[in-house]
Amino acid sequence: MIDYSKVLNPAVTAIKPSGIRKFFDIAATMDDVISLSVGEPDFQTPWAIRKAGIDSLQRGKTKYSSNSGVLELRREISNYLSRKYNIKYEPENEILVTVGGSEAIDACMRAVISAGDEVIIPQPSYVCYEPMAELAGGVPVIIETKAEDDFKITPEQLRNAITEKTKLLILPYPCNPTGAIMEREDLEKIAEVLKDTNILVLSDEIYSELTFGGKPHVSMASIDGMWERTVTVNGFSKAFSMTGWRLGFACGPSEVMSQILKIHQYAIMCAPTNSQYAAIEALTSCDEAVAEMVEEYNRRRRLIVSGFNKLGLTCREPKGAFYAFPSIKSTGMTSEEFCEKLLYSKNVAIVPGTAFGDSGEGFVRASYCYSVEHIKEALKRIGEFLEEIK
Amino acid sequence: MKNELLKLLYRNATYTHEELADMLGKTAAEIEAQIKQYEKDGVICGYKAIIDWEKLDEAYVSAIVNLNVVPKASSGFDDVARQISAFREVESLYLTSGDCDLSLVVKGKTLQDVARFVARELATIDSVTSTTTRFVMRRYKEMDSVLYNDNDDREQLFI
Repeated sequence: MIDYSKVLNPAVTAIKPSGIRKFFDIAATMDDVISLSVGEPDFQTPWAIRKAGIDSLQRGKTKYSSNSGVLELRREISNYLSRKYNIKYEPENEILVTVGGSEAIDACMRAVISAGDEVIIPQPSYVCYEPMAELAGGVPVIIETKAEDDFKITPEQLRNAITEKTKLLILPYPCNPTGAIMEREDLEKIAEVLKDTNILVLSDEIYSELTFGGKPHVSMASIDGMWERTVTVNGFSKAFSMTGWRLGFACGPSEVMSQILKIHQYAIMCAPTNSQYAAIEALTSCDEAVAEMVEEYNRRRRLIVSGFNKLGLTCREPKGAFYAFPSIKSTGMTSEEFCEKLLYSKNVAIVPGTAFGDSGEGFVRASYCYSVEHIKEALKRIGEFLEEIK
Repeated sequence: MKNELLKLLYRNATYTHEELADMLGKTAAEIEAQIKQYEKDGVICGYKAIIDWEKLDEAYVSAIVNLNVVPKASSGFDDVARQISAFREVESLYLTSGDCDLSLVVKGKTLQDVARFVARELATIDSVTSTTTRFVMRRYKEMDSVLYNDNDDREQLFI
């Protein structure tokens, strides 16, 4: 018989399966579950974008595109980043269209990290950074961001985390799950620490369109001296409600991008051509549709944050992304305990903060990609749950 | 802010003042005062439930009835529009552009009810020169609300 332990890559088998998958498997078997767990927009892709996708199929755009992506799309990405975030990238050699932001993150890590290199990852944050860094042979160095710092990374934390082995800093803002953003002055302080180093920044800005309270997103690459040491990752999933189209992009200096392109070209060939044509429409005609969605997220955000605070679960104002990250410390339970009991007793599914790193202990993530009625019902049930466990 | 409040009320008039205040970043008292003002000014004309009558056993039919009308020199379409509005069978009434003048939604218990109403009450009005009746077969959307099941088909991805 074949001995799979001799076959499989130990670096892969060592990766922990996501602790919350089991949790969702349970939720999936239950009836009448009210979930605040999904991390994708509930809005349909705006019709103009869908139509552009359909048109491209009718015109027979069903072949591979250039490895870097359809040139017209890269030009529009360049225009978009310049108009929105004041960063300039050349469509010809500084922009790569990828299969979602995820592929961009993976390819960037593999292009930069060699065995033993350290990758600084702020947590709580999206679940992919740590395993991807490990798969690339890197050693994750975790910075635990704190609620009292609004879950921003501080220059002191960064300074303490840097060693001569540090290769890459992951900058995941606006942040899933905390909703934290880094404002210009926060980024400037981080930039100050990084200047004169050979540390690259992977700035995952997938939620850049979703910021609230009048503070528009600031791109790390737009900070003085940072363009040359930043790979900017973004995509269409969150801003344009295009999760299923699988389309993102990475931008950076051509010295880095030409290496990332090699990985992309051998592993992927090119991003889905028809999604790319749809995305051109997204970048050129959908500002208003995005603004409407952001307005609606903002109303839900205020409702859910206020709702948690009224229930006695302290919830800081999330200024970006579409998650609330309330503290459940007042209940005396661990995050996992809280979520499991809530699921079993009230059929409400939310995600324990620990899914996003150990420092998420004491918090839970509630997505507000749901209708107001849905959010109200979930809050009502959470309120009943809190009464019962008093 | 003003329009945002109206948009929310149009979406769902049962939101409490507190919920509206949370969503709009205002106080409940501010919301209450603003709503009062809208009611006073006639901007908000009423509150009603959106009912899917097809879900009930009760007999219910509706029709879109288009009328061509000879306007009066003195009052245009207003007099006849007021006269027609007064019928309890008439749910809505609009003056429209295009190939008819007045467009009505008429409701009744049966097809015959509606047909009789059109023939006896509308067609007989002096200034009405023609009627076209289109019976509603199925209602998909009413006042911005869809009346069919629109399920959340998002997969429970693990994150």
